[in-house]
Amino acid sequence: MIPIASVNPVAKLGAGLIVSLFLLATIDWVSATTALVLELAIIAFFGIEPKRFWLRTLPVWLAAPLTALTILLYGRYDGTVYFEFLLIRISDGSIELALATFLRVLAIGLPAVVLFISIDPTDFADGLAQRLRLPDRFVIGALAAVRMVGLFLEDWRSLELARRARGVADRGRVRRIAGQGFALLVLSIRRGSKLSIAMEARGFGGDTPRTWARESPWGQAEWLTLLVGLLVGVTATVVAVLTGSWNLIVG
Amino acid sequence: MRGLDLRIEPGERVLLLGESGAGKSTFLHALAGVVGDDEGETEGSLLVDGEHPAAHRGRTGLVIQDPDSQVILERVGDDVAFGCENLGVPRDEIWLRVRDSLAAVGLDVSLDRNTSALSGGQKQRLALAGVLAMRPGLIVLDEPTANLDPEGVTEVRDAVIRVAESTGATIVVVEHRVSVWSDVVDRIVVLAAGGGVIADGAPADVLARQGKELAARGVWIPQYPPPRPVRAERGPQHTLLSARQLTVGRSNHALGAPLELEILSSHALAITGPNGVGKSTLALTLGGLLPPVGGAVVASPALAGGAGEHPIRWKSRELLTRIGTVFQDPEHQLLTSTVRAELEVGPRALKLPDSEVDARVDELLTRLRLDRLAEANPFTLSGGEKRRLSVATALATRPQVLVLDEPTFGQDSRTWSELLALLARLVDDGSSVIAVSHDLDFVAALADSTVVLE
Repeated sequence: MIPIASVNPVAKLGAGLIVSLFLLATIDWVSATTALVLELAIIAFFGIEPKRFWLRTLPVWLAAPLTALTILLYGRYDGTVYFEFLLIRISDGSIELALATFLRVLAIGLPAVVLFISIDPTDFADGLAQRLRLPDRFVIGALAAVRMVGLFLEDWRSLELARRARGVADRGRVRRIAGQGFALLVLSIRRGSKLSIAMEARGFGGDTPRTWARESPWGQAEWLTLLVGLLVGVTATVVAVLTGSWNLIVG
Repeated sequence: MRGLDLRIEPGERVLLLGESGAGKSTFLHALAGVVGDDEGETEGSLLVDGEHPAAHRGRTGLVIQDPDSQVILERVGDDVAFGCENLGVPRDEIWLRVRDSLAAVGLDVSLDRNTSALSGGQKQRLALAGVLAMRPGLIVLDEPTANLDPEGVTEVRDAVIRVAESTGATIVVVEHRVSVWSDVVDRIVVLAAGGGVIADGAPADVLARQGKELAARGVWIPQYPPPRPVRAERGPQHTLLSARQLTVGRSNHALGAPLELEILSSHALAITGPNGVGKSTLALTLGGLLPPVGGAVVASPALAGGAGEHPIRWKSRELLTRIGTVFQDPEHQLLTSTVRAELEVGPRALKLPDSEVDARVDELLTRLRLDRLAEANPFTLSGGEKRRLSVATALATRPQVLVLDEPTFGQDSRTWSELLALLARLVDDGSSVIAVSHDLDFVAALADSTVVLE
């Protein structure tokens, strides 16, 4: 089992980006399949509970066939046409493109989700500020905002119930949701300003250079993670080039 | 506020009193150096250690009322460390301070503990620890216990005392409930609504001289408890709602054991119990807003009046005359931009004629002392005014059952007493009142029966 949870989130982000760059350069099924097979083999070593894996990656499994279906029906036509109806045209070309797209969405989406399951927002912020040298205020502000999302969800539920209690939940759904959205906005701004007072009162935004309570470690594991990403990308590309299916997307 | 002359010596512990709107919070924020130049006008000077407060970032710590709005990070240790990081304290030193501060406030949880899993009292102690880790010379607390249950109040108060004793820090606290702090502070300062100081001195002296007047202005003075309503003779009671083998919860996750309850007319029922046992969820379920996880909430024919026996299946409009619910946070219930319009929402949804709508609204405005504020934006009201407004909006449609979630949280004694009188009259007139409350005085004064959830 690979202790992926303890790897610096910036390295995980980097590895995911590297693989994506290689896969976005071309659109063919060979490179995507190669990458996907390698990734699944690696993911198997992460020791994620199967239930958690399927649940978290469910959106990717849904998105991939849907995207592929669209391309199958409307994609570039080439070779034999099997079915035609209005704008719909299924051909050799659209079938191949659909397959390539399906695999590509999986090959980019699955590792992204799996890597991000284990990312802790605080560690990520530490990494962004200490390793990538993004501005403190920006990173910490974003981190505090992320933590408030949970509160917003609770507010949203309360607003919904409160509207029912006030007798106005029977009328048009669209109008109700718009009104509720506005109410949430007002509440969020109020929460946000209280939070910023609390942060300011604790010295945030002062002139003193900030220190960091937590290290954002960077060592062999991080370089290795980036290297694995690079290997997956390069292997997929080499296999595709050798089989002659690699086609660079230009423009 | 204006025209305030005050001098606080190092190491003093000061309780700041004054009626709502006297500018106590503004003063505390100014002390902590978090009042921006764009937020109002300033005249005169305010100096901390002889300097402008903003120059002392980190020397003054601030703890505010709302526990949720001052938790900054996800893990307990990181949250306490936040202030130190901003002050540029070296890493090794930070973690020493984090441990010391958590020990000082008596928060004995792991550094990795998720901050959102803490109780209100624990969150307030966490905020205090975060302040303490910055080694402040002055700690200001703005109603730090107003939103807490009795246990939380004691936890936080004791933590503040421990901190003051071990660090010698100057403490300035604002709170309505004098009894919590009067034995702990060595000075009480009473601010006037218009500006300036009404009284200033040792707690016993100030309370003896000014106690009665302060009580009349809504400050909780132990010697002058707010008046309680005299209960009238009530008519015969009948069942309006019953809970049958009811389990409640959110998203099908049941909280607690099945309940059997009879909700009677002319009867006040209090629901109490520690944090997290599902009191609010029970209130929302009885109010016909959340579906039961198990069992059922059944309305009697007298209450249902043809709308079916399950309140959760009623239309939103059908709830109005049957069960009214007042939420813990009044801001969740606000829908419009003036107090008058807010009160009109319910009656208009019932399609009452204009004359009737006006009559009801005018009556409630007067009865709840909101007439002066009829055209004000509800969001700009004080805590007490918002609470009165949220109760009034429910009363405007005359529901037979009124459900309230912590109606007295953070209220001054005047609003407390008015609310109590209002609810008592509703019950005397035949309504049923269900109140979730930690407030033991409130429960004692109002409830005909009490359910304790565990």
